[in-house]
Amino acid sequence: MELLIGITTLLVYQLAGESIVLLLGLPVPGPVVGMLLLFLTLLAKGRTGVHLEATANGLLSHLSLLFVPAGVGVLVHIDMIADEWIPITIALLLSTLLTLAVTAMVMKWTQHLTGGGTENDERQ
Amino acid sequence: MNANEFSSIWVYLSTSPLLGLTLTLVAYIAAYTIYRKSRFNPLLNPVAISVALLILLLLATGTDYKDYFEGAQFVHFLLGPATVALAIPLYQQLGRLRTLLLPILSSVLAGVCVAAVSAVASAWLLGASPATLLSLAPKSVTAPVAMGIAERIGGLPSLTAVLVVTTGIIGAIVGFRVFTLLGIRNDSIKGIAMGVTSHGIGTARAFQISSEAGAFSGLSMALSAILSALLLPWLMTVPGLAL
Repeated sequence: MELLIGITTLLVYQLAGESIVLLLGLPVPGPVVGMLLLFLTLLAKGRTGVHLEATANGLLSHLSLLFVPAGVGVLVHIDMIADEWIPITIALLLSTLLTLAVTAMVMKWTQHLTGGGTENDERQ
Repeated sequence: MNANEFSSIWVYLSTSPLLGLTLTLVAYIAAYTIYRKSRFNPLLNPVAISVALLILLLLATGTDYKDYFEGAQFVHFLLGPATVALAIPLYQQLGRLRTLLLPILSSVLAGVCVAAVSAVASAWLLGASPATLLSLAPKSVTAPVAMGIAERIGGLPSLTAVLVVTTGIIGAIVGFRVFTLLGIRNDSIKGIAMGVTSHGIGTARAFQISSEAGAFSGLSMALSAILSALLLPWLMTVPGLAL
């Protein structure tokens, strides 16, 4: 029952998100709006509840699995990727390294500026 | 059973969703077992291994991706509810989120812009086609959102899905080496950078380091999904990048 209530809650919020996106013509994907709605609901309620926590843990602990079908889709674009594999590979490698480094350094600097990280740094 | 019988059974089964779904789960469990036995060697990323196993199998049996996806879509579908479920770790980190609001927002914003602009600009310089460039833009965003963005800006959602998964795997492999090089020791920073760069696959990797890194990675993946969905359609119309 726990799982059933949990997954139903997630689907109801996803459906609400998709409906809002369609009705208002928002440029955001439906599940993201659903996530925001659920987050606001949790803020208002002040707790998550066991059903949702168990379901979310279950879904998110094997999040990698959910990417597999899309990954196999490389088969469909094999020609395009074969033609452009050099720009694609370099762009992905370069951009991944740069994004990791810039995000981490910006957070480190802003944490020092705002003093938000002191408690963390001392613990390390 | 001779080869002929086997192939007729395969042809029959491959038209039913059962085969694609079961193969996906079996491949993932096998890949995850290899990954665990290697004591979580990032080079043996379970997504990469299961995708490789499935592609080899589909090629060897001459099965269409479309037939495979008939079954695999049930797994793929769960990306939507999983995105909604990110509200829960986000809520659980509320306290940390409040005290670190400014550093988190500014680093996620910087990450979102760098991820899209650096990928599109370098591929453009190297002569990639417009369809590839637009499909590359959301490659650091979690798959369901990235595919939605690609569709909106004129890329190919299914190509984006592949680029998203590849980016995730690269980030999971190199991420913690980059942090060591940069002297980053704080788990919250590692988590934020992993989530922005490598979405769910990075988050799965971050959870192996600590639950703190994992929660922050989930948080930044959710934030970057929201920011990217709002910013990318606009960023991709910036003059000079008009495709």
